[in-house]
Amino acid sequence: MFDATDYEDFPLIEPIENTGKAFYRTVVVLVAVIVFALFMYVRQLRIGLGVTGLNEPVAWGFYIVNFVFFIGISHAGTLISAILRLSKAEWRRPITRMAEVITAIVLAIGGLHPILDLGRPDRMMNIFQSGRLQSPLLWDVTSITAYFTASTVYLYLPLIPDIAILRDRGTKPKWLYEFLSWNWKGTEYQKKVLERAISILMVMVIPIAISVHTVISYIFSMTLQPGWHSTIFGPYFVVGAIFSGIAALLIVMIAFRKVFHLEGYLKEIHFSYLSILLLIMSLLWFYFTFSEYLTGYFGHEPYEMKVFWYKFAGEYAPYFWTMIFCNFLFPLIILSNKRTRKIPGILAASCGVVVGMWLERLIIVVPSLTNPRLPYPQGVYIPSLTEWSLFAGALSVFVLGFVLFAKFFPVISIWEVREGRERAVREVTERIESYLPTPHGAKSG
Amino acid sequence: MARWGMVVDLDMCTGCGACIAACKEENNVAYVSPEEAEKGRAISWMQMVNFVEGEFPNVHIKYMPRPCMHCDNPPCIKVCPVHATFKDEEGIVGQIYERCIGCRYCMSACPYTVKYFNWFEPEWTESTIASMNPDVSLRKKGVVEKCTFCHHRLQKARDKARAKGMEVVDGDYTTACADTCPTQAISFGDLDDPNSNTARLSKSKRAFRMLEDLGTEPKVFYLSEGEKNV
Repeated sequence: MFDATDYEDFPLIEPIENTGKAFYRTVVVLVAVIVFALFMYVRQLRIGLGVTGLNEPVAWGFYIVNFVFFIGISHAGTLISAILRLSKAEWRRPITRMAEVITAIVLAIGGLHPILDLGRPDRMMNIFQSGRLQSPLLWDVTSITAYFTASTVYLYLPLIPDIAILRDRGTKPKWLYEFLSWNWKGTEYQKKVLERAISILMVMVIPIAISVHTVISYIFSMTLQPGWHSTIFGPYFVVGAIFSGIAALLIVMIAFRKVFHLEGYLKEIHFSYLSILLLIMSLLWFYFTFSEYLTGYFGHEPYEMKVFWYKFAGEYAPYFWTMIFCNFLFPLIILSNKRTRKIPGILAASCGVVVGMWLERLIIVVPSLTNPRLPYPQGVYIPSLTEWSLFAGALSVFVLGFVLFAKFFPVISIWEVREGRERAVREVTERIESYLPTPHGAKSG
Repeated sequence: MARWGMVVDLDMCTGCGACIAACKEENNVAYVSPEEAEKGRAISWMQMVNFVEGEFPNVHIKYMPRPCMHCDNPPCIKVCPVHATFKDEEGIVGQIYERCIGCRYCMSACPYTVKYFNWFEPEWTESTIASMNPDVSLRKKGVVEKCTFCHHRLQKARDKARAKGMEVVDGDYTTACADTCPTQAISFGDLDDPNSNTARLSKSKRAFRMLEDLGTEPKVFYLSEGEKNV
């Protein structure tokens, strides 16, 4: 069943069929970090959450910060891929797969974080047995599960024809591709069903994705706490999520392009287009941040101001101003300039945005808790080794997830790239011709 | 049906802290080492909050004993994902330790910071084990706890009243802090009973509640200090 045409996209298949030493080395390092993190978690289970830096009144710290952060990154994927597919952006073809993989992996990681944070994870099932749908936490459980289901299906469906290509090539392990390809033969009927399913999912996934980060913001904004009780938190979180998601996607794309030598697929223009989107999101993010803090400052409510000054000139000022630099000034300078909007610059800006968005989550969660309304001594939060190692563990799971995915499946959708080569030019020409203004006197078609 | 509440007369409160000690004894509150207490892991259902007013040399420190406010509109209940915190028909806000999953959402949502978490498996000193209150259940590692208005005392009083075929009324039961207060600054009773001293005090012109403008409707009232202290 060897198909000669499959040499056409050999760079995409090569990493699956030939395993290098670098792969094993990476996996060993990542697994070591994950095992250490697991050890620290088991220790936390045995001793109690006292091994963290949490206390009274700072009841939430790194685990919740990372929960919000990772779920935010997950918006890279499915949402961007769905919007690009929906708007028939032809340049999407080599990007969508990676975006969708980010979503699936990061959602699993983010979704686990509230469990790390639980004092009694053994009682987690109480959420289903005696859950209160009135609690914003239950809204989260609902929408994250929905998003995870939708986005894994949305990742898997467009993967089927590619799995079939691997099956036909006889790539090992054969049983895996045999099983996962669902007897895909590429018949007209199968193609029609697949296309229909993808187009239903891509429309469905957009509102689900938006709901996810909206209800995560509701965890905070539904309380009365100063700095949290804000009506714009929903859209603010969604904007931040898409923003950090695009940055993460750019980093992943640059990494794979370098490691797998995908220069022929991921061209400068892809990075240029996506980074302009990143720049727009940066401006939008700044607009939301500005509105959020200006209303707080103008109202000058005493409790609100306590949190405000804690961020602007108090203990969190270094983090706050680093965030402003990383999320706004730095990307603005680099990405608005054609000379610096090249791959090294884009990589730097994206790394900055990811760091900045993590800081943003920290700056939202912690200062409102360290400044309670009653005049207690101000709370202090210093994350412990346990929290840092679980953070490192979570990042390693992310990289490991990607490395393993790339070991078994193509990180760029082969059939969609081929479809693009076959049909895109004709289709786009037809589309443009269909809306070109008709000259005076000519017959309108 | 009674609606239990508390009034603290700040004119009479000396800030001695007897209420704090009595509460810990009564409710089997776990011992926390000084090092952990320093990190903010101490549990104290009753807490002395001091408000510093004015600037040197005209400084005035106001002591306010702070139990759970047992709000009529409690922000903690709204956010709990598993019904582990609830308000009963007599207005007492309770916590089900055996159901709590330890997410600490209620701690983050409480504007009065009255909720406490068991960061470790609780420990007791030898002397406290000897004098433990058999009516109050012990809390385990990983759950949230807080002032219950000495709910176990209410249950005892209810049993007594039921034996006589009556309902619990004002005066049948009081909290450990109110019992202990050497200046009788704390009074506890039925806020809906017109004959109750506590209800009468809660309607005093001096009466106010903490962070009243949040609309949480606390059932702990304070009587502001008279002119002699200013």
